[in-house]
Amino acid sequence: MSTPSVTYHTIDGRNAGTWAVLITFILMTALGGLAAMYTEHNGHWVTGMTNHVVWGLPIVIAIFLIVSSTGCLNVASIGSVFGKQPYKPFGRLAGVTALAVQAGGLAILVLDLGRSDRIITFVTNLNPTSIFSLNVFLYSGFFIFVAFYLWTMMDGQRMDHLYRPAALLAFTWRLILTTGSGSIFGFMVSRSAYHSTLVAPLFIALSMSFGLAMYVLVMLWLNASTGRKYPSPELLRRLRILLGILVGVSLYFVVIHHLTNYYTAERRDVEKFLLFGDNVYVPLLWIGFGLIGSVIPMLMVLLPARTVGGAKLSLGVASALVVFGGQCFMYEFVVGGQAFPVELFPGKIVSSTFGDGVIAHYTPSIPEWLLVIGGYGVVGLIITVVIWALPMLPSSFAQETSDTAH
Amino acid sequence: MSESFEVSRRALLGGAVAFTAATLAPGVVLYARSSDEPATGAVRWGLLIDVNQCKGDCNACVEACNTEFGLVSHGRPDTDPQWVRKVTVTDPETGVSQSFPVMCQHCAHPPCADVCPTGASFRRADGIVLINRHICVGCRYCEMACPYKARNFVHENVTDQKPYAPRGKGTSEACTMCVHRIDEGRIPACVEACAASGRAAMLFGDLNDPNSDIAKRVAAVNSAQIRADLRTDPGVRYQGL
Repeated sequence: MSTPSVTYHTIDGRNAGTWAVLITFILMTALGGLAAMYTEHNGHWVTGMTNHVVWGLPIVIAIFLIVSSTGCLNVASIGSVFGKQPYKPFGRLAGVTALAVQAGGLAILVLDLGRSDRIITFVTNLNPTSIFSLNVFLYSGFFIFVAFYLWTMMDGQRMDHLYRPAALLAFTWRLILTTGSGSIFGFMVSRSAYHSTLVAPLFIALSMSFGLAMYVLVMLWLNASTGRKYPSPELLRRLRILLGILVGVSLYFVVIHHLTNYYTAERRDVEKFLLFGDNVYVPLLWIGFGLIGSVIPMLMVLLPARTVGGAKLSLGVASALVVFGGQCFMYEFVVGGQAFPVELFPGKIVSSTFGDGVIAHYTPSIPEWLLVIGGYGVVGLIITVVIWALPMLPSSFAQETSDTAH
Repeated sequence: MSESFEVSRRALLGGAVAFTAATLAPGVVLYARSSDEPATGAVRWGLLIDVNQCKGDCNACVEACNTEFGLVSHGRPDTDPQWVRKVTVTDPETGVSQSFPVMCQHCAHPPCADVCPTGASFRRADGIVLINRHICVGCRYCEMACPYKARNFVHENVTDQKPYAPRGKGTSEACTMCVHRIDEGRIPACVEACAASGRAAMLFGDLNDPNSDIAKRVAAVNSAQIRADLRTDPGVRYQGL
């Protein structure tokens, strides 16, 4: 930005509140680290995970965060790629939030591995046929491209000519990354709940709504804690409509995913289990995701609010509900899909000493909850440190509509 | 029936005999491979399990596997290792029930190897699907991707390890088809135990050798692969399923 009309600020590092927030995030991160060490020392039997439910709560939240992180970039992309001015001043914060959320998800993912110490083998022994190993490159690329995008936003004098290409690259990459995340499940022929070409676009849709909701929460948190008066009424109006639409699109994809599976006779059993069974996944899907995480927040943001304060409050509450519902969905999707037995002999009654033919049980253990808390700690810690060290927050909404503000 | 056969004999013959055969179980003739000789795709090791010969109350193959690899229970069935398990399958229409062992199916196109991010899961040229414990990161994606639920994760510390089959906490594992025995010209422990039990429901051999008993039997009788619709082409086949 050659003639910057929006000034950006850091947060006040001398403020006791900032320190309190920082220490809280450090403690959360430390708890996660301790939990990971405890599990690594004893083995995964101390978790709720088994040979039947091999991916538990940590993977659920890791995937939720990784998927959401790409959606956190929405606000930046809308401002840059799609040229919507009111969003532009918040591009920096969107980029930082995206990186932080992705880092939190990856931290959980890596620390949940059986051999986290061997993480380097992801690079030294890459298997090109594995969608998982391709994802490792997509994650790395996301960090590089979003960091570069941030650079073009922050160094307007030298990098202005690269701002839009960088924005396009980051936007394209986030679509590829979320496709990759969805394909980890979509390519899986072994489990009938997952194997579908719909999973990749489903994950893209989910990333849009979950990520935007997460970003809004960060923005409103900073709004409340720094005393800045944003978003502006105009951006607030746009964010409410956008969130409502994206939540609706996510809900549509989830409905069509389950309908498609239910329509197929060979998958009807697993769908009956997930949609109508006597298990925890049913309320998580219908009430957690469907009602609390989708319908209610859609109504909250799409119905007109009488005051600006009310609009802001309902947007915040709606975003929190979307984030809550998103985690409910991921739990239902990831754990529920494993709880239903692998069908070695479709249509037959199967039993064994290895859980064949029976619904697997899973209850998250304390180390798993702590690891998840640690992941959120990483997210908060990175955001706090970055906005403390670098000018990421626009001064006020009065300048938000500037054409030159990145 | 000699198990520790022929390595010394081959030394005496000065390598003049490339393949040394021994009858190890009824109708099974194998050859030993020297340690510097790579596995070859000319061979495809496989198993044929006669479901009608397998009895529901017999657990000889499972116990033999546990003994061979030092797999012990910690009293936690959901995380205890089970490389071979007896599965009972009942037709809901007819009520007909069958019981037989299921283990790694040693697929020609193993999904576990496809999804493994580090290549730790791999298929040897002779068809045996194995895990390189040194580069397995313990992501459990192979467990998710296996259509036969054949993979285990080592959930706790392991003791009394066998030098020919090291295990490691935090990594995945599965039936190796007793590759250490095969490379010595011996048959898998489960097949040996099944024969010793008098049932001889399991036949091991080279599916690519038309003169092998397993290839002859597969050519003569109807046999099936589990989830053949997935086209993974397992090396383990079932007769009478």
